[in-house]
Amino acid sequence: MSSFRSAVITFPGSNCDRDMAMALEQVCGGETFRVWHGDADLPDRLDFIALPGGFSYGDYLRCGAMAARSPIMRAVIAAANRGVPVLGVCNGFQVLTESGLLPGALLRNAGLRFVCREVMLTVENSQSLFTSAYSQGQQVRIPVAHHDGNYFADDATLDRLEGEGRVAFRYAEEVNGSARAIAGVLNDAGNVLGMMPHPERMIEAAHGGTDGRALFESATRALVGA
Amino acid sequence: MKVRVSVSLKPGVLDPQGRAIQHSLEGLGFKGVHDVRAGKLIELDVDDSVTDAAIEDMCKQLLANMVIENFRIERVAA
Repeated sequence: MSSFRSAVITFPGSNCDRDMAMALEQVCGGETFRVWHGDADLPDRLDFIALPGGFSYGDYLRCGAMAARSPIMRAVIAAANRGVPVLGVCNGFQVLTESGLLPGALLRNAGLRFVCREVMLTVENSQSLFTSAYSQGQQVRIPVAHHDGNYFADDATLDRLEGEGRVAFRYAEEVNGSARAIAGVLNDAGNVLGMMPHPERMIEAAHGGTDGRALFESATRALVGA
Repeated sequence: MKVRVSVSLKPGVLDPQGRAIQHSLEGLGFKGVHDVRAGKLIELDVDDSVTDAAIEDMCKQLLANMVIENFRIERVAA
């Protein structure tokens, strides 16, 4: 069994890329490559691609809008379409919706304030390759830190997401006004997950909790059969 | 030639910034403001040869997010 190969994309203004790389190295093991937004190509044979949190391109125009059109995203979109797992956290989630890999959009928080605290989430789908190490309906505590996390999609899209089990995580409390309290969504094929909460900030006891570990364990389990 | 692109949130998309502006206007004592929607104005200086279709493509591919926003294009004499 070859070892786990992951990549973390760094955009100008990303600030959770190192945390994401640490989480992948510590939980998934193997090799984690750091890839710059201006690169045209990804490393070969990747098992996992992560788009980290931050404020790519200063959130100019719309959060994630410029990053979604950066050179490396063409390679990320192609990899996602080939079935490579892609996780976008926070700004990474915004980049995924802006790039069209995930439906919907992330609007300014309904309360207009930047929300930076730990929140309770419910695992709504424990069958996905990102969530199989959680149990269905499990309550987990994961931090959020965002100004634009208010998930929006039209009703038909929301109904389809719910009907197809593509809501991976839901807020168990009011956080940002997201439609149907959606905190994380999967793409049609199940290999792309976007979520506003930061699982990479909850992987060791020193973080104050370890509820984020299972996400990375799920990915490892799915890919290298660990 | 100057082109003005107005980007606005689609009807039905909650606009918390617009709502906050409305509350501030009320706080300042202005009466009769029923609703406020905040948008963006993007001005482009383009070659005369740039077609309407090309500008529309710019809007769809980058300047507006078609999930939540509408756009309006207006050519302005320099």
